[in-house]
Formats: sequence, C-alpha cells, structure tokens
Amino acid sequence: MSAISATVTTEPPDTTTMPVGRVAAAYLAEARYETIRMLRTPAFAIPFLALPVLLYILFGVVIFGPAIAKDPRAGRFIFTGFSVFGVMGPGMFGFGMAVAVEREQGLLRLKRALPMPPAAYLLAKMLMAALFALVVTATMIAATPLGHLKLSVVEAVGLVAINLLGSLPFCAIGFFLGTRTTSRSAPAMVNVLYQLMMHLSGIFYPLPKLLRTVSPLWPAYHLQQIVF
Amino acid sequence: MGASLEGPFLAELSGVAKRFGQTVALDGVDLRVHAGELLAVLGPNGAGKTTAISLLLGLEQPDQGSVSLFGRSPLSAEVRRLVGVMMQEVYLAPELRVREHIDLVTSYYPAPLSAEAAMEMTHTTSLGDRPYGKLSGGQKRQAQFAMAVCGRPKLLFLDEPTVGLDVQARKLMWNMLRQIVAAGSSIVLTSHYLEEAEALADRVAVLSRGRVIAIGTVEEIRGLVVRKQVSCSSTVAVEDVRAWPGVESAHRDERWLHVTTSDAEALVRRLLGADDDLRELEVRRAGLAEAFTQLTQEASR
Repeated sequence: MSAISATVTTEPPDTTTMPVGRVAAAYLAEARYETIRMLRTPAFAIPFLALPVLLYILFGVVIFGPAIAKDPRAGRFIFTGFSVFGVMGPGMFGFGMAVAVEREQGLLRLKRALPMPPAAYLLAKMLMAALFALVVTATMIAATPLGHLKLSVVEAVGLVAINLLGSLPFCAIGFFLGTRTTSRSAPAMVNVLYQLMMHLSGIFYPLPKLLRTVSPLWPAYHLQQIVF
Repeated sequence: MGASLEGPFLAELSGVAKRFGQTVALDGVDLRVHAGELLAVLGPNGAGKTTAISLLLGLEQPDQGSVSLFGRSPLSAEVRRLVGVMMQEVYLAPELRVREHIDLVTSYYPAPLSAEAAMEMTHTTSLGDRPYGKLSGGQKRQAQFAMAVCGRPKLLFLDEPTVGLDVQARKLMWNMLRQIVAAGSSIVLTSHYLEEAEALADRVAVLSRGRVIAIGTVEEIRGLVVRKQVSCSSTVAVEDVRAWPGVESAHRDERWLHVTTSDAEALVRRLLGADDDLRELEVRRAGLAEAFTQLTQEASR
C-alpha cells in the first residue's frame, strides 16, 4: 500500500493544462454516468417514455380513430400534439427537478469546487432530454399505422431531428426553474408551468380566439407549428 | 507564536471579510497554506471554518481582501486541477457505484490515478461495486476521501473528514493523511476532534467568530495557555480544592484527583501540605483541547 501511495503523490502533475482528449473524456464521462443514473431509476424514466405513445393510442386510435379516418389533418394534429407533450416533460421535469435537488444537496457546489468543465454538467442533462425525445418520437412513429397516419421516411427522420432540437427550450425552462426553486417547490412550480403550457399553447385542441393570441408565447406552440 | 511565514505558500486569504446578510462569517482573516504542510483549522461551530475553505475554493467571493490559490484566482479551472476536495455536507447520486463516482471525478483531472488505484490507496476497494446510497455514513466519507485524492492533488481541502468514522477507520485515514503530506502534498483540514489536529497538524489555526485568534504549531498553541493539569492519588476533598486560589476546575474519578489550575506550584504545595499520604503526583501542561477551550472563551468575552 505504501508503494502505491508513494507513486501516487510524489509526482504531482507538472502542468495544469488538460489535453483536448482528456477534456472530451470528461464530457463523455459526465454524459455516460448521467445515462447510467437514468437507466437505474426506471421509475422516473418509464412514465416519461411510455405516456406519450399510450396517450396517442388512446386519443388518436381508440377515441377519435373513426373521425380521424375521415380527416387526416385531425390525426396529424393529435399526433404532433402528443409528440410535443412527450418532448416537454423530460426537459422541464428532468432538468428542473434535478437541478433544484442537486443544487440543494451540495452536489453542484462540489462540482464547482472540482475542476469539472462547467458545460459538462449541462450538456449531459441536455443529451439526456434529447435521448428521451428520440425514444418518445420513435415509439410514436411506430404507432402511426394504428392511427391511420402515413409518414414518409423523410418526414419521420425530420420529425425526430426537430424533436431532438425541440427539447432544448424546455431544458432551458427547466434549468431556469431549477435554479430558482428548492427540491420541495420544484415539482409544484414545474408542474404549474407545464400544465399551463400544455393547455394554453393549443397543442391538444383548438383554442378560442382570445386564447389563440397568447399561445405563441409558449415554445410548445412553435414546436407543434414546425412538426405539423 | 507566528510560525515561519517564509517559504512558498500554495493558498492565501489576505485581509478577507465575508458577510452573509447580517452575519459576519469572516472578519479580517489572514491565512496562508505552505507547501508540504498539514494545516488544521479549528474553531467552534459557526467560527467561519467552512467559509474560509469555500473562499479558497472560489465557491464564495470575499467582500473585502483577496484570495489566491497557487498564485491565481481560485475561479480559474486550471488551479483547481491541483486541488482535491472533501466537503462536509454533500449528497451524491445513490444509484452510482463507488467505483463510478471515483471514475467520474478522475475524468476532471489531467493526470489522475485510476479509480482502482485510488480505491487501493484509500482502502476502499471492497466498496467499489456497492451503490453509494447503500453505504453507511462512515463508508460514504471513505468514498468521498477516495474522490478527493484520485486527481493526485497538490493541495487537499478536507472539511471534517473523519466525522462518522469508527476509531479504526479514523486511524487509517490519519495514516493516509500523513503519507500524503510525507509525499509532498499539502492538506487543509477542519476538524471537531482536537486530538486529530494534535496528532496530524504541522500548524493549527484557531478561528473564533470569524477571526484567527491563534496560529502556530501545536506546541506553540499549547504554550499560549498557562493552565496546567495536576493529578494525584489523594484523600483531599474535591469540594475543598475547588475553593483554592487559581483552581479552575476539579473532579475525582475512582482514586485520582484531577485539578486544572493557573498556578500549579501553589496548588502542589498546598496539596502536599494537606495530605501526607499523597502519591503519584503528576503535573502536565494543558493539551490542545484545554488550550482551545480557553482561547475561544477568551475571544468571545
């Protein structure tokens, strides 16, 4: 043991500069362990991953299926609405709650004291939200034949790409809320904004004229405009 | 008292003041960490120990004065690559294994140990596959210690590192700290355990109410205090001794009489006069614990 500790500390690094490869490795490690954490907490991941496709099947197939068979635009509306809904959750909840909790528990303080590249933490969580958006979109696309919706390969790939990028504004909102709330208030605050956005952005149903004037305030409205 | 101020120093607080709202956390603190030393920062709760470390790590900014780490601002990521940290209150991801936590921290450093080597060095190899959330409090501290040393830092900040460790694990950590210092790194350590500072520290800084009230070697700090401990086997009543001049406290265990006094000579003369059968007389200088108590009491008057 003494031999090991001797080699450990007698030659501290002469240089404080990080080779590019080591910096990249730090980013990768952060993202990798963020993913591992998520895989080991399926109770968080599965609801966010499964709910959008299940709700799409419920509304787009079971309830409104016959109507959609006659009006393909309605089918597309319901599909895009639930895909936006699926992209919103992981960004807002994943980011918002995690930042609030990890800030309160001292983890962010420790990471600030350590020489972690500052962006590594954010990037890992953004990648995680994008990964959720990918799974959500892919499973929903797989379910489209049930809902009388025909997507070309180009459309499907475009949809995935837009939703990957589309998760970013929701990450930003979650991050902002996470820096302003405590672990106890974060779920409530995130939920308020999440519910308001879901209903006031008009992604699920046509809004009356007055409310339609404010729906462009919500990022969800614009994401649906793009994917529709 | 001042220990040598010559020689290179790795970190410095210079005339630092820091408030949090109405609370004065630090009030004109000068503190230097020299190369190759273990500096113990002692003080009652709320004395400013953790604030001092937070400033040196760049986690807080001083209201007045300056802070340097390896001659630079502690906000620079480059100098923090020379530093290892163990914080007092931190909650790490419970679902990651100990090996994974260490591996993640090693990725932040330019030339770290492997996670395996860090665990071997800190005797935590057996914890490697355990999820962090399943560890006991003491095991969590050991894992955090491995995370602090895995980057091969030149300067280690350890905030209450041995809290929650059993006696054996504490002694083991003391040995590791001695080896790290012997190998040329420096350590800043805060502790509640005065015997820890007594056993390890090259220098001790005593903080009270945001000020450094004493700084020097353990011997120098003990020398600041005139109190002595007198013990003997005697039939003299404790109540009588308490009333004698200079006596600060007295108590008796099974057969020993223990007296703390500011005038040992007078006490010994009187004890010998009062009890012809007095045996096993012993006079000791105050330990660090007594010195610490007296210094902090004086400072708060």
